Amino acid sequence: MKLGIHDFSGVAPHEIFNWHALLTLRGFVSVIVGGFLVGFGTAYAGGCTSGHAISGLANFQLPSLIAVLGFFAGGLLATFFLLPLLFRV
Amino acid sequence: MTPPIATTPLDQQKSSPASLTVYLLLGIAFGVVLTKSEVLSWFRIQEMFRFQSFRMYGIIGSAIAIAAISLALIKRAGLKSVSGESISIPEKMLGHGVRYALGGTIFGLGWALTGACPGPLFALVGNGITVMLAAILSALAGTWVYGLARARLPH
Repeated sequence: MKLGIHDFSGVAPHEIFNWHALLTLRGFVSVIVGGFLVGFGTAYAGGCTSGHAISGLANFQLPSLIAVLGFFAGGLLATFFLLPLLFRV
Repeated sequence: MTPPIATTPLDQQKSSPASLTVYLLLGIAFGVVLTKSEVLSWFRIQEMFRFQSFRMYGIIGSAIAIAAISLALIKRAGLKSVSGESISIPEKMLGHGVRYALGGTIFGLGWALTGACPGPLFALVGNGITVMLAAILSALAGTWVYGLARARLPH
Protein backbone atom coordinates (compact mmCIF):
# COMPACT_ATOMS: atom_id res chain seq x y z
CA MET A 1 0.00 0.00 0.00
CA LYS A 2 1.71 3.19 -1.22
CA LEU A 3 -0.92 5.68 0.06
CA GLY A 4 -0.18 7.87 -2.92
CA ILE A 5 3.19 8.92 -1.52
CA HIS A 6 5.93 9.33 -4.10
CA ASP A 7 8.70 10.98 -2.14
CA PHE A 8 10.16 8.70 0.54
CA SER A 9 13.09 10.95 1.45
CA GLY A 10 13.52 12.86 4.69
CA VAL A 11 11.69 12.44 7.99
CA ALA A 12 8.12 12.98 6.74
CA PRO A 13 6.33 12.94 3.36
CA HIS A 14 6.84 16.46 2.02
CA GLU A 15 3.69 16.18 -0.09
CA ILE A 16 1.59 16.15 3.11
CA PHE A 17 3.67 17.94 5.73
CA ASN A 18 4.06 21.42 4.27
CA TRP A 19 2.17 24.67 4.88
CA HIS A 20 0.33 24.61 1.54
CA ALA A 21 -0.95 21.07 2.15
CA LEU A 22 -2.70 22.31 5.32
CA LEU A 23 -5.51 23.39 3.00
CA THR A 24 -5.95 19.85 1.68
CA LEU A 25 -8.00 17.25 3.56
CA ARG A 26 -5.11 14.87 4.19
CA GLY A 27 -2.75 17.69 5.19
CA PHE A 28 -5.30 19.20 7.58
CA VAL A 29 -6.19 15.86 9.18
CA SER A 30 -2.55 14.75 9.45
CA VAL A 31 -1.26 17.96 11.03
CA ILE A 32 -4.18 19.73 12.74
CA VAL A 33 -6.48 16.85 13.70
CA GLY A 34 -3.52 14.55 14.44
CA GLY A 35 -1.83 17.21 16.57
CA PHE A 36 -5.06 17.86 18.48
CA LEU A 37 -5.48 14.13 19.22
CA VAL A 38 -1.85 13.89 20.39
CA GLY A 39 -2.39 16.74 22.86
CA PHE A 40 -5.84 15.67 24.03
CA GLY A 41 -4.80 11.99 24.30
CA THR A 42 -1.62 12.80 26.21
CA ALA A 43 -3.51 14.88 28.75
CA TYR A 44 -6.38 12.37 29.06
CA ALA A 45 -4.08 9.33 29.40
CA GLY A 46 -1.75 11.21 31.75
CA GLY A 47 1.36 10.60 29.67
CA CYS A 48 2.80 9.99 26.23
CA THR A 49 5.37 7.66 24.74
CA SER A 50 8.12 8.70 27.13
CA GLY A 51 5.89 8.99 30.20
CA HIS A 52 3.95 5.75 29.80
CA ALA A 53 5.80 3.51 27.32
CA ILE A 54 9.31 4.15 28.62
CA SER A 55 9.17 5.53 32.18
CA GLY A 56 5.92 3.83 33.17
CA LEU A 57 6.78 0.38 31.82
CA ALA A 58 10.32 0.65 33.22
CA ASN A 59 8.64 1.20 36.59
CA PHE A 60 6.30 -1.80 36.05
CA GLN A 61 3.10 0.23 36.29
CA LEU A 62 -0.13 -1.43 35.12
CA PRO A 63 -1.83 1.87 34.12
CA SER A 64 1.07 2.51 31.74
CA LEU A 65 0.69 -0.93 30.16
CA ILE A 66 -3.00 -0.20 29.53
CA ALA A 67 -2.07 3.16 28.03
CA VAL A 68 0.56 1.60 25.75
CA LEU A 69 -1.94 -1.00 24.54
CA GLY A 70 -4.25 1.96 23.81
CA PHE A 71 -1.45 3.75 21.90
CA PHE A 72 -1.15 0.71 19.67
CA ALA A 73 -4.88 0.19 19.25
CA GLY A 74 -5.23 3.81 18.12
CA GLY A 75 -2.15 3.64 15.91
CA LEU A 76 -3.36 0.47 14.17
CA LEU A 77 -6.85 1.97 13.66
CA ALA A 78 -5.38 5.08 12.07
CA THR A 79 -2.85 3.16 9.98
CA PHE A 80 -5.21 0.56 8.53
CA PHE A 81 -8.52 2.46 8.41
CA LEU A 82 -8.01 6.24 8.48
CA LEU A 83 -4.85 6.66 6.40
CA PRO A 84 -6.06 4.52 3.47
CA LEU A 85 -9.31 6.57 3.37
CA LEU A 86 -7.48 9.84 3.70
CA PHE A 87 -4.70 9.14 1.21
CA ARG A 88 -6.80 7.41 -1.44
CA VAL A 89 -6.97 10.63 -3.42
CA MET B 1 -14.58 10.94 40.24
CA THR B 2 -12.21 13.16 38.35
CA PRO B 3 -8.63 12.57 39.42
CA PRO B 4 -6.54 15.54 40.47
CA ILE B 5 -4.16 16.90 37.87
CA ALA B 6 -0.83 15.18 38.43
CA THR B 7 1.74 17.48 39.91
CA THR B 8 5.33 16.70 39.21
CA PRO B 9 8.27 17.86 41.29
CA LEU B 10 8.99 20.17 38.35
CA ASP B 11 6.03 22.32 39.39
CA GLN B 12 7.45 23.00 42.79
CA GLN B 13 11.15 23.27 42.31
CA LYS B 14 13.03 26.50 41.95
CA SER B 15 14.81 26.70 38.65
CA SER B 16 18.40 27.71 39.19
CA PRO B 17 20.50 28.73 36.18
CA ALA B 18 22.58 25.58 36.72
CA SER B 19 19.56 23.25 36.54
CA LEU B 20 18.16 25.13 33.55
CA THR B 21 21.47 24.60 31.76
CA VAL B 22 21.31 20.88 32.50
CA TYR B 23 17.75 20.70 31.17
CA LEU B 24 18.79 22.56 28.02
CA LEU B 25 21.78 20.29 27.39
CA LEU B 26 19.77 17.11 28.01
CA GLY B 27 16.98 18.45 25.81
CA ILE B 28 19.45 19.09 22.99
CA ALA B 29 20.88 15.59 23.45
CA PHE B 30 17.34 14.16 23.35
CA GLY B 31 16.63 16.02 20.10
CA VAL B 32 19.84 14.66 18.57
CA VAL B 33 18.92 11.11 19.63
CA LEU B 34 15.36 11.45 18.26
CA THR B 35 16.82 12.64 14.97
CA LYS B 36 19.72 10.19 14.57
CA SER B 37 17.63 7.18 15.65
CA GLU B 38 14.93 8.37 13.19
CA VAL B 39 12.15 7.74 15.75
CA LEU B 40 10.74 11.13 14.72
CA SER B 41 10.28 9.86 11.16
CA TRP B 42 6.75 9.43 9.85
CA PHE B 43 8.09 6.55 7.74
CA ARG B 44 9.62 4.69 10.72
CA ILE B 45 6.34 5.10 12.68
CA GLN B 46 4.38 3.67 9.75
CA GLU B 47 6.80 0.72 9.49
CA MET B 48 6.21 0.07 13.19
CA PHE B 49 2.40 0.09 12.92
CA ARG B 50 2.61 -2.10 9.80
CA PHE B 51 4.99 -4.53 11.52
CA GLN B 52 7.45 -4.10 8.66
CA SER B 53 10.49 -3.33 10.76
CA PHE B 54 11.85 -4.30 14.15
CA ARG B 55 13.60 -0.93 14.43
CA MET B 56 11.12 0.99 16.61
CA TYR B 57 10.40 -2.03 18.80
CA GLY B 58 14.13 -2.47 19.36
CA ILE B 59 14.63 1.20 20.22
CA ILE B 60 11.64 1.44 22.60
CA GLY B 61 12.41 -1.96 24.13
CA SER B 62 16.04 -1.11 24.85
CA ALA B 63 14.97 2.31 26.19
CA ILE B 64 12.63 0.59 28.66
CA ALA B 65 15.35 -1.86 29.73
CA ILE B 66 17.90 0.92 30.24
CA ALA B 67 15.35 3.07 32.09
CA ALA B 68 14.49 0.15 34.42
CA ILE B 69 18.18 -0.51 35.17
CA SER B 70 18.82 3.23 35.63
CA LEU B 71 15.91 3.59 38.05
CA ALA B 72 17.18 0.64 40.09
CA LEU B 73 20.72 2.07 40.20
CA ILE B 74 19.46 5.58 41.05
CA LYS B 75 17.37 4.15 43.88
CA ARG B 76 20.25 2.06 45.22
CA ALA B 77 22.71 4.96 45.09
CA GLY B 78 20.10 7.42 46.44
CA LEU B 79 20.92 9.92 43.70
CA LYS B 80 19.23 13.31 43.74
CA SER B 81 18.13 15.44 40.80
CA VAL B 82 20.12 18.54 39.86
CA SER B 83 17.84 20.65 42.06
CA GLY B 84 18.00 18.27 45.00
CA GLU B 85 14.80 16.20 44.87
CA SER B 86 14.86 12.45 45.04
CA ILE B 87 14.31 10.82 41.66
CA SER B 88 11.25 8.62 41.34
CA ILE B 89 8.38 8.00 38.97
CA PRO B 90 5.08 8.79 40.69
CA GLU B 91 2.71 5.85 41.10
CA LYS B 92 -0.21 6.23 38.71
CA MET B 93 -3.68 5.64 40.09
CA LEU B 94 -5.44 2.89 38.16
CA GLY B 95 -9.02 3.84 39.05
CA HIS B 96 -11.31 2.33 36.44
CA GLY B 97 -8.51 2.48 33.92
CA VAL B 98 -10.76 4.20 31.39
CA ARG B 99 -8.52 7.21 31.00
CA TYR B 100 -5.56 5.00 30.09
CA ALA B 101 -7.42 2.84 27.58
CA LEU B 102 -9.44 5.65 25.99
CA GLY B 103 -6.89 8.44 26.29
CA GLY B 104 -4.21 6.04 25.07
CA THR B 105 -6.26 5.11 22.01
CA ILE B 106 -6.90 8.79 21.20
CA PHE B 107 -3.18 9.46 21.55
CA GLY B 108 -2.41 6.50 19.28
CA LEU B 109 -4.69 7.86 16.55
CA GLY B 110 -2.80 11.15 16.66
CA TRP B 111 0.56 9.37 16.80
CA ALA B 112 -0.12 7.54 13.53
CA LEU B 113 -1.76 10.55 11.82
CA THR B 114 1.06 13.01 12.56
CA GLY B 115 3.77 10.36 12.63
CA ALA B 116 5.00 11.97 15.82
CA CYS B 117 4.51 12.06 19.57
CA PRO B 118 5.02 15.23 21.65
CA GLY B 119 8.85 15.28 21.83
CA PRO B 120 9.37 14.59 18.13
CA LEU B 121 6.86 17.33 17.20
CA PHE B 122 9.43 19.86 18.42
CA ALA B 123 12.41 17.99 16.96
CA LEU B 124 10.63 17.88 13.58
CA VAL B 125 10.42 21.68 13.56
CA GLY B 126 14.19 21.68 14.13
CA ASN B 127 14.50 19.26 11.23
CA GLY B 128 12.88 21.80 8.94
CA ILE B 129 9.29 20.47 8.97
CA THR B 130 8.07 23.89 10.11
CA VAL B 131 4.39 23.03 9.51
CA MET B 132 4.67 20.99 12.72
CA LEU B 133 4.45 24.33 14.54
CA ALA B 134 0.76 24.16 13.57
CA ALA B 135 0.58 20.61 14.98
CA ILE B 136 2.15 21.83 18.25
CA LEU B 137 -0.42 24.64 18.55
CA SER B 138 -3.18 22.15 17.80
CA ALA B 139 -1.80 19.75 20.43
CA LEU B 140 -1.80 22.61 22.97
CA ALA B 141 -5.43 23.27 22.01
CA GLY B 142 -6.08 19.56 22.63
CA THR B 143 -4.71 19.71 26.18
CA TRP B 144 -6.74 22.88 26.77
CA VAL B 145 -9.97 21.24 25.57
CA TYR B 146 -9.20 18.25 27.81
CA GLY B 147 -8.91 20.67 30.71
CA LEU B 148 -12.37 22.05 29.90
CA ALA B 149 -13.94 18.62 29.45
CA ARG B 150 -12.20 16.57 32.13
CA ALA B 151 -14.92 16.89 34.77
CA ARG B 152 -17.36 15.29 32.32
CA LEU B 153 -15.02 12.58 30.96
CA PRO B 154 -14.90 9.06 32.40
CA HIS B 155 -11.62 8.32 34.14
